[in-house]
Amino acid sequence: MGTDRTFGLVVTLTALAYIASATQIQTSFLTDPVGPRMFPMLIGCVAVICGVVVMVRPDPNPDWPAMRTFGSLLVAVVVLIAYAYSLKPLGFLFPTAITAAILSYQINPHAGRSIAAGIGLSAGLFLIFKFALGLGLVAFPKGLIG
Amino acid sequence: MELLSNLVMGFGIALSPFTLLLAVFGCFIGTIIGALPGLGPSNGVAILIPLTFSMGLDATSALVLMTAVYYGAMYGGRISSILLNIPGDEPALMTTLDGYPMAKAGRAGDALVISGVASFTGAFLATVGLMLLAPLLAGVAFLFGPAEYFALYLLAFATLGGMASNNQAKAAIASCIGLGIAMIGVDNNSGLPRLTGGNLHLFDGIDFLVAIVGLFAISEVFFFIESHGKNTSIGVKLGKVRVPWKDLWHTRWTQLRASLVGFVAGILPGAGASLGSFMAYMSEKSIAGEKGGFGTGVAKGVAAPEAGNNAAAGGALVPMLTLGVPGSGTTAVLLALLMTLNITPGPTLFTDQPEVVWGLIASLLIANVVLLLINVPMVRVFVHILSVPPWILLPGVTMISFVGIFSLSGSYFDLLLMVAFGALGYVLRKIDVPTVPIILGILLGGNMEDALRRAMVLSDGDWTYLFSSGISIGLWAVAVIGFVAPMFLRNVLKKPQRVTD
Repeated sequence: MGTDRTFGLVVTLTALAYIASATQIQTSFLTDPVGPRMFPMLIGCVAVICGVVVMVRPDPNPDWPAMRTFGSLLVAVVVLIAYAYSLKPLGFLFPTAITAAILSYQINPHAGRSIAAGIGLSAGLFLIFKFALGLGLVAFPKGLIG
Repeated sequence: MELLSNLVMGFGIALSPFTLLLAVFGCFIGTIIGALPGLGPSNGVAILIPLTFSMGLDATSALVLMTAVYYGAMYGGRISSILLNIPGDEPALMTTLDGYPMAKAGRAGDALVISGVASFTGAFLATVGLMLLAPLLAGVAFLFGPAEYFALYLLAFATLGGMASNNQAKAAIASCIGLGIAMIGVDNNSGLPRLTGGNLHLFDGIDFLVAIVGLFAISEVFFFIESHGKNTSIGVKLGKVRVPWKDLWHTRWTQLRASLVGFVAGILPGAGASLGSFMAYMSEKSIAGEKGGFGTGVAKGVAAPEAGNNAAAGGALVPMLTLGVPGSGTTAVLLALLMTLNITPGPTLFTDQPEVVWGLIASLLIANVVLLLINVPMVRVFVHILSVPPWILLPGVTMISFVGIFSLSGSYFDLLLMVAFGALGYVLRKIDVPTVPIILGILLGGNMEDALRRAMVLSDGDWTYLFSSGISIGLWAVAVIGFVAPMFLRNVLKKPQRVTD
């Protein structure tokens, strides 16, 4: 119940902020009878109504994972963000091996297997992407290969 | 005669060695994706779309490959249903009811062959139905103006949302999230930026591929981390695989009836393959009665849902191709593919780009034969692939998703957005907010707003114009019924249908 009430509140507040942003949309002198503001504002209004309905008539709480699992999920998000930033400067092989190994470890906490999965996936996918699919991937950081 | 000449043209395109190779490859990969628990057709197609673009395929080739993956995944879903009692995807849920008891009784091979043949019957008849019905529906769609299109989009959101969640308000919120995202970027009419917050990356809007891959593929990884990849070991042995001719003959009418039921369910916008398999199973169960033994491991109980869900998959292509409104979650993803390929689905597709439509239809017919040929004799190969552990599989899926999106845009911002969508998808799915309406909203939001604004221009701002024709009034009425009816039906059905097909 608490989860849905929080969710309904978040939706309502976000939708109100969305409507407020929509009122700031600029209109040109060539605009049609509806203009660029009306549709976003309609969407926001529907979302506000639905948000309130969810708050008033909440479903039972879902099975949220334990705090430890939440920690794992947070680590996964951080690792994926770091992977997004590192793919360009560090090349494909190193970041992919590390990220795949960490994700593998989080799914099944076995260090040896995870390292093997990381290295195997990194090398295997690079070969497939680069040579079978012809993608222009860079293997290593540019500084490393000159 | 026109149908035959169109079909000949389609086979001329589809039978080129390269296209044929793509169809076989797509069927193989699709079956694997369908067989792996957790990776349904929508996830599979979502992950592979960016790679298709990276490979530089032309429109017809890309479409052939992805629909082969789609059909393949629909076939593959039954393998884990029968052997593990875990549906590979939502539409294969009903197959577990009789498939797993058959497998436990030492008839896993029989169940796999019967379901494979039933899948072929369903998908083949649906493709024939698509061939006959789609041009007719495309003709009717020429009567549609902006008011009718606006009502049609509303109908798609209402019915898809209605089937997608336990809670209509949550389904509507999902649609609003998608539509709200679609509004971000430069306004088509005025050319002015909207809701970008001044962020230059958002001026082009949010790419639906980024949202699709994030919501479907990345969120799945989070679910596996939560469950630590449990419940994926093979439960029963496959045993001897032979063709049970007697059972196939015995289920022939079941397969035909279930195909018809599934096809009709597939055509309804939003209903999808989950409903197709459910309705096919329930109707056959009621025909057979108590003596039928449904639920105890009977051949008809395996044939009906498989023919039903594969027929629905073909049926769902009808509204997508003729009206531009997807009939299921996976066809929503395929619609994204079409739009990215600069193909505008709708009635004009059949006249403007007949080679795409008929090439696709011919490829679907070929893909079905290929799937039958690889699914019956090669079932052992797919069963072995089921034993790939999730700690290798899911990191692999993540890496493929990243490379696919990165190779398309080369932008780390898109990758960050994809991770954000993954986290959002995880939270939303936990609280029973469906993700498919979000995708549909992002895909159709621009068109829906465009239809509304054109309707208002034509009527000089008169809102009653939206209800001014028989077609639009009919569509509004069906939309309201489609949104409200599941609230009552749910009490009858007990278990809600989550649209992930």
